[in-house]
Amino acid sequence: MAGKSEPIATGHVQAHARSGQIQLALMAVLLAALLIAPMLLYPIFLMKLLAFALFASAFNLLLGYTGLLSFGHAAFFGGASYFTAHAVKEWGWSPEMGILLGVLGAAGLGLVIGAIAIRRQGIYFAMITLALSQMFFFACVQMPFTHGEDGIQSVPRGMLFGVIDLGRTMTMYYFVLAVFMLGLFIIWRFVNSPFGMILKAIRENEQRAISLGYSVARYKLGAFVMSAALAGLAGAIKALIFQFATLTDVTWQMSGEVILMTLLGGIGTLLGPIVGAGLVVTLQNYLATSDIPVTIITGVVFMACVLLFRRGLIGELAASRLGRTLGMRSES
Amino acid sequence: MTPLLQVSDLNAWYGESHVLHGVNMTVAEGETVCILGRNGMGKTTTLRSIMGIVRKRTGRIDFAGQDVLAMPLHRTARAGLGFVPEERGIFATLTVEENLMLPPVTAPGGMSIAEIHELFPNLKERRNSPGTKLSGGEQQMLAMARILRTGARCLLLDEPTEGLAPVIIQAIGDVLRTLKARGMTVVLVEQNFRFASKVADRFYVMDHGVMTQEFPVGELDARMGMLHEKLGV
Amino acid sequence: MTMIFGIPVQALMGQLLVGLINGSFYALLSLGLAVIFGLLRVINFAHGAQYMLGAFAALLLLTVGGVNYWLALILAPVIVGLFAAVVERTMLSRLYKLDHLYGLLFTFGLALAVEGTFRYFFGASGKPYAAPAQLTGAVNLGFMFLPVYRGWVVVASLAVCIAVWLLIEKTKLGAYLRAATENPVLVQSFGVNVPVLLTLTYALGAGLAAFAGVLAAPIYQVSPLMGSNLIIIVFAVVVVGGMGSILGAIVTGYMLGVIEGLTKVFYPEASNIVIFVIMAIVLILRPAGLFGKDA
Repeated sequence: MAGKSEPIATGHVQAHARSGQIQLALMAVLLAALLIAPMLLYPIFLMKLLAFALFASAFNLLLGYTGLLSFGHAAFFGGASYFTAHAVKEWGWSPEMGILLGVLGAAGLGLVIGAIAIRRQGIYFAMITLALSQMFFFACVQMPFTHGEDGIQSVPRGMLFGVIDLGRTMTMYYFVLAVFMLGLFIIWRFVNSPFGMILKAIRENEQRAISLGYSVARYKLGAFVMSAALAGLAGAIKALIFQFATLTDVTWQMSGEVILMTLLGGIGTLLGPIVGAGLVVTLQNYLATSDIPVTIITGVVFMACVLLFRRGLIGELAASRLGRTLGMRSES
Repeated sequence: MTPLLQVSDLNAWYGESHVLHGVNMTVAEGETVCILGRNGMGKTTTLRSIMGIVRKRTGRIDFAGQDVLAMPLHRTARAGLGFVPEERGIFATLTVEENLMLPPVTAPGGMSIAEIHELFPNLKERRNSPGTKLSGGEQQMLAMARILRTGARCLLLDEPTEGLAPVIIQAIGDVLRTLKARGMTVVLVEQNFRFASKVADRFYVMDHGVMTQEFPVGELDARMGMLHEKLGV
Repeated sequence: MTMIFGIPVQALMGQLLVGLINGSFYALLSLGLAVIFGLLRVINFAHGAQYMLGAFAALLLLTVGGVNYWLALILAPVIVGLFAAVVERTMLSRLYKLDHLYGLLFTFGLALAVEGTFRYFFGASGKPYAAPAQLTGAVNLGFMFLPVYRGWVVVASLAVCIAVWLLIEKTKLGAYLRAATENPVLVQSFGVNVPVLLTLTYALGAGLAAFAGVLAAPIYQVSPLMGSNLIIIVFAVVVVGGMGSILGAIVTGYMLGVIEGLTKVFYPEASNIVIFVIMAIVLILRPAGLFGKDA
């Protein structure tokens, strides 16, 4: 209540060089694993996992590095999914152009929603993004191009650059992996760019950043649009993976899911959202065949994360003795 | 006789910063004790630690035979301690009357509303206006008056004269003398020597989180030169 | 037939009534949210789930215990309030010292868990709950037929809103609440048990949601997800009104309900989103909300 409170974002990744290096090393191991993974696991499952991992990483870009909690990221994810699916199926666009449209559409949505939402902070920001994305959801229900409850079905994957046939599952897998790595690289560059540094300064002391002459609102909006665009990239590839764009992806439950992935893995860590997405997607796959509704588990995991390990799995690991020994986090 | 309030080896922290480094202090029943010291030496923290508002503490605080250090904050008032903060803490969304009636009566022997209105006539006139529409002096009066209703045996007063006009300061002095006549115990933090010399029985001087001197009011004049130098007043 | 702006009066009045009914629920729910937020600084995402729990409590009291509507109107809020008090004491109270977003995330998880549990045991489909015999039928108002139960909902919610407002503005307990909203530490130093006050406040807010749930049971069907979309609209209502004022929450609730109802008459396609559009416009023109003081 009164007094200082523990801030939500713990973006300590780039703050400690060695921590970043360790995570990059783990990242390399992960990449190697992903290259051979489709030999062992269902490629469709792996692609779903990659799409959600990218979505969560995009979301984390906003929460982890600006402290802004968006409760409306499904609008960008599911919105891009619709745009891409429509362009590829109805207009016969190539997959790369379809994805580009999805990303630009999500960025445009992000610009509008972000510009309204950044007028308030903290809890209000969360509520406003939630309400605006719900508005987008209702719009999707009514607009004819989304085909309402049916969704856009049988979306062709098409020929990438006119030559590579994405219809073949393994080809598609490596394409998705490439997009995923590209997305992560963009996030990594963004976070470590001068723009990212200023975001960090704003998060740590907004008043000081204002007095230094930074237009805080513009930087926040920039981060918001960037995050929306990358969430759109994830949604666009998801539409091609499943050849299907659906209302499910624009619901507030989807916005909640991506928060859970990030929270579970570790807010403000590079690896956290990926690990979190992996766990949530695996859990959902596993529970899909059982009677227990996924929402019960999701809800309980949410409560447990908030009450017991707010740093998430990667954050707790980094703060543990093992993590310190590995140099994942300096003792500050 | 046993003192009403005895503070022994009190240490206190604000977050990571260690503010009180072993405060020792004794206050007898009916006594008015004043803590002097420069800003940032721990005077306010001492009052807030005794009251229990600052929670990170070690040591002992015995009040009327109970160790209040271990109590939750809402129990210290029930033990008979009353706190009037430096910023006065008048509630903007409450009327003067509501502010006055807010603290629960914790023990018999508190002032009645009639007595309070006699002591602070302004509060009676303005009882229906919002608390923060009062002048600084009236706010200070209200902050004190609402504690006097509760039956508290010991008043912790933080800089009651700060920023007030001389005529108001005089009125507050009158109130403190009236309270003394009723047997109230007061621990006062004050920068205004002239005011303090008229109401206090005994002084403590605080420096970097410990009490460095203690003397009765009679020695104040003799120590004035040293105090001026030390406190930079 | 009489027409206003080319719309038959009956249709207009009918939608106005629907708007007032929806407004009654918006007002009750946003009032509870505002009371909880004022003191606890928690946005109670579980408010929709607590509304659903109120409706289910009434349904179960009837089917299992044979408890009638009138008793359920009192018992259901008490039951849900007790549940909320336990949640506040054991879990939510640990989060007050942290970023307020954690309170939102925790109650979001709580809402998912509670709604999921009810869906597991009762299925997703709605169950009817009959209005009490005294409130069935309709009254002819001359220009339209007013179903008695719907009139009752408007009256009952208005009465409860006013009662809560009086409780907060005119009673000693309300003075504690207002004072603790400003400076909880000082109020506690006066000897008021503020932690208990926080628990009571959360229970009161949840009880209000449950009361709304019982009122809603005969109009909408009782289903596990009846509160999950409603809560988002109520969030928008709260953003429009500004969280600072109890009266503001009530007035905004009714007002937006009526506007939504009228939109259904004049431009039905937009009726789902009109409240969100208003929210966006208010945010652009007056970010603190219509009644808000904090920027």
